[in-house]
Order: sequence, then C-alpha cells, then structure tokens
Amino acid sequence: MDFLSLQPAELQALTLTLRVAGAALLVALPLAVVVAYLLARFRFPGHGVLNALVHMPLVMPPVVTGYLLLLAFGRKGPIGAFLNDVFGISFAFNWTGAALAAGVMAFPLLVRPIRLSFEAVDTKLEEAAKSLGAHRVVAFLTVSLPLALPGILGGAILGFAKAMGEFGATITFVSNIPGETRTLALALYTATQSPSGDIAAFRLTLIAVVVAFAALIASELFARHLRRRLGDGDA
Amino acid sequence: MLEVDIVGRIGPLDLEARFESGGGVTALFGQSGAGKTTLTNMIAGLIKPLDGHIAVNGITLFDGREGVDLPVQARRIGHVFQDARLFPHLSVSANLTYARWAGRRKPDRDFDEVVELLGLGGLLGRKPANLSGGEKQRVAIGRALLSDPRLLIMDEPLANLDQARRNDILPYLDRLCVEAGIPILYVSHSIEEVARLSNTLVILSNGKTPAFGPVADMLARTDLGRATGRHEAGALVEGKVTYLDEEWGLTHVDIGGPILQIPDMAAEIGDAVRLRIRARDVALATAPPVGLSIRNAFAATVTSISEETGPYAEILCRVADQTIRARITRASVADLGLAPGKPVTVLIKSVAIDRRQRAPAPPVTDLNT
Repeated sequence: MDFLSLQPAELQALTLTLRVAGAALLVALPLAVVVAYLLARFRFPGHGVLNALVHMPLVMPPVVTGYLLLLAFGRKGPIGAFLNDVFGISFAFNWTGAALAAGVMAFPLLVRPIRLSFEAVDTKLEEAAKSLGAHRVVAFLTVSLPLALPGILGGAILGFAKAMGEFGATITFVSNIPGETRTLALALYTATQSPSGDIAAFRLTLIAVVVAFAALIASELFARHLRRRLGDGDA
Repeated sequence: MLEVDIVGRIGPLDLEARFESGGGVTALFGQSGAGKTTLTNMIAGLIKPLDGHIAVNGITLFDGREGVDLPVQARRIGHVFQDARLFPHLSVSANLTYARWAGRRKPDRDFDEVVELLGLGGLLGRKPANLSGGEKQRVAIGRALLSDPRLLIMDEPLANLDQARRNDILPYLDRLCVEAGIPILYVSHSIEEVARLSNTLVILSNGKTPAFGPVADMLARTDLGRATGRHEAGALVEGKVTYLDEEWGLTHVDIGGPILQIPDMAAEIGDAVRLRIRARDVALATAPPVGLSIRNAFAATVTSISEETGPYAEILCRVADQTIRARITRASVADLGLAPGKPVTVLIKSVAIDRRQRAPAPPVTDLNT
C-alpha cells in the first residue's frame, strides 16, 4: 500500500519535527522547573518582572517573538555574534534555531502547570525533610520534585505539543528550509501554497493527528503509573 | 539538657521565654494561642528569634549576640509535628529511613528496635494515605527518633486525634518517654498528658514563661491558676501498688504510708504509679468523719492557703511526703478555721481518681554526649 508508507520528504519533516520538539523540551524543561519553583516558593525583587517575561511569548504575536529572536540570535545579533565568535554555535537558519524558537514559545506553557503543582505541595513537608537533616537542595529533589511530577508531566506534554506545532516564530526566525527547518507545520503550509498540494497537505495532516494522539495516550498511561506510585490512587 | 532564653515576636504578641530542663521529658504547657508552636519552631530553627540563646546538651544552636544561627538541618532536633507531615509519595519504611538516605544521619538506634517500640511492624510497606491518624503519628515519631536527634520535640502529637486514637497511642508514648534516652520537649495544652508523661513542666502564658520546675511542684503551686487553667488544678501523687482487691474491683496504692484505694487500673502488684488528684475532688474535715462513703480519708497538715478574692480557695496539704491540693469555698475555710499548720483530714473520692496512671519517668540524668 503506497498510500500508507511515508514518502522521503514526509519522513524528513516528521523526524525533524520530533528532533526539534525533543531538543526544545530537553533544554526548556529543566529550566522551566527551576523558574516555576522560584516563582512558586520565593518572593524576591523582580518576581513580577520574571513572571511577565516568562509569559511574554504567550501573549505576543509569534511573528514578533520570531523577529526578536532573529534580532538577538541572528548572525549579526549581539547574542548570535557572541556565540558564533566564542563557541562557534549558530542558530541562524538551521534546526537548532528552530528548536530555540520552539523552546521559547513552549516555555510559558511548561512553567504554568509546573508552578501550580509546586504551589500545591505543602511547604511544611520540606521543613520536615530539613528537620531530618536533608539539605535544602536534597529536600527539593526528594520531596517537592517527586510530588510535583504529575504537574511536570502535564507541562511537558503541553510544551511538547506546542513545540511540535510551532509555526510563526520558526518561519520568521529560521525560514522554511527543507531538511533544516521545515517541520510538519511548515511542510503543511508549503503544501497548501502549491496548487497541486491537496493530497500532500492531507497526508501531513493525518501524520500530525496520529502523532498527537499517540503522544496523548502515552502520557495518560504514564500519568496513571505516576499516580499509583504517589500512593493516592485506588490501586 | 535544654537551655532556652529568647525574645521574639508572634504576630502582635511579644515572646519572652526562659527555661532550663535536664534530661527526661519537659512539658511545654499553655493554652491555645500562648505561643507554644512558635516557641518550638524557634528552638527547631524554623523561625528566627529576635535575640537570645538556645543550647542543647551544651551545644549552642542560636545565639543573637555571637551571631550563631544553625540551620534546621544542622540542629539535630527530631521534630514530631502536630500534623505528622509524612512524605505521601514514600512508603512507611522509606519515611522511617529518610534521615539516613536523604539527611546522611547515622542513627545508632536500631531500625528494628524503633519499629518494635512503636508497633510499626505491620505498616512498613504501606503508604501514608493508608494509615490512621494514630498510626501516622507513630510513624512520625519513629522517623524523628531515627534521625539521630539530640532532642525530640513533640508538638501536640495527640491534638488532631479523637479520644479512642489517643488511648491507642498513649501507651507507646509512656514507653517512649522512659526508653528514648534523649531529652524530650513535649508540647501540650492537656494537663492530663503533661501529668502523665513529664518530669519538668514549663508554663507558657501569653508568650511568657512565668514558671518552670519539677512537674509535681508546679502542679501544686496555687499561684499559677490562670496559666494552668482553673478546672485543671490538681496534684501528682506517686506510689506503689500493694494489693489488688478483685472482689470489689479496687487497687490499693501505698503513697508513703497511707493506702489510697482507687478503681481497678490494670496494674500489677509492685508497680510504681503516678496519680493525678484534681483539687475539686478533694474535701477537708477537721475531725475524722464517720458514716461516710468516701474511702480515702488521711490525716494531713495544711501547708498553705491561697489568698484570693473569688468564692474559692486553694489549700495545699501534706500527707506523708506528698502534697495534695484541695479546692473548697472561702466560706468553708473561714467556718473550719483553717490555717497553715493545722491538722485536717483529707477526703478523696475513690471514683474521682484519674485512671491515667503511669510508671514514673526515669531519674533525670545529664545526657551530655
């Protein structure tokens, strides 16, 4: 069945999408956990500013975020030039740039549920951990972090979905280059721009639906497993 | 050995606490809102006092002048919280060993010994969500004991339990207080618990500590009425079980000469027991009465009479070596012509005696280790 087997271009777009979203999540998730914990547990000067900064990509038009990324991380941008000169890292017009755009856009969606789940964990449990000799970092790793896992998982799913579907910031920042930055969303857009692209667009849509559905099922199974381990399930 | 001399603030209330206690069990007693939990949190390092000094076994935990303020995790104080605070994602067994694997404490107390002491054997594999309130508190106590503490703070461990659960857990506390081998600071607003468990009593009232000392002396003091609560007043009497009268269901307790007859209390002959006799259950007579249902009538001497303006007076009497406290009306004091030094007969209704008895706590030893 030819219809069911992926064509090279589709396979390329799919693996690229998974790589971009995976890399974005890998870097953004630990950072989001730290930021969420800071926002949930501490009051410090700049608390409000940090909170606003984190949520900016959610409220700004994605094209604006993409353009700001281009200004900052482009070859001539201050951060981009510095990273290129010192470390030889470049985000311009390659898949890491797409991952950066996806990570930035997904960040607020990661932070929000994780922060809520940290707020739901009783701070008194960490006091108890410290009274038993645990250092503050150990108390966080052994008590608050595991108890917040369901929220972290929820944030990760939301963030991964957002990273996979990210369009506006990506196309503005790193353009639409096959094999480098043309993710599923961009490939779909490209197909819709071509007069004979209806079938291609439909196939890409099917792929996106199947991947999203599989991810949701997998996360639901994982969440069930977590609840059982945390001991408040009925199992 | 615990030394506390601190000032601090609790919302609108100024806290000024000063007391010392040896080993054994020190009860921190006061009404709700007196600042008990705040004071224990300061000792534990969860709240910073404004100034002062806190030391356990000669080791300074806090000193405002010298700028010493050990963090919570370095104080080695086992803290049993009112709400247990077990880690819900860990099994009972992982909760009990938390100090070892997360706090790098090396308790010389044996795990199995603590499990046996608190009756936790059947609970080890369970999650906290599947424990009753009393079981949770027992696990919390075991967890604190296994953190190699210098001092064990127990902040009203029975406050959130119903009476049945309290009765389940009290025998464990009896054993713990005798066998812990470390000083215990026991916070409570129940004079029964205090009288049953402690050696030293510290009274906390409106953030101040007006008095502290051996529990029997403190309960006999008539000048602390407001702080200890009027209805609670009573005296502690220590004695030995000499005879079990099975026909009438009575237990005879030798209190240093006189024999007190009390309702059967599940003790063995030879057991040392501690009884609390409430002041309102004691009557006085100037001559040995006849034709009376009261079984306990002892010759005594009045040692002091409180000077008060209300309808009641608090009388302390000496019976053998022990003090008994009576509350009678001031009118009766006048009618009977009571005065310090006067011989009287003390009448105690057998049925009024509290069944909450216990073996006296171990001799107070200095635990500088």
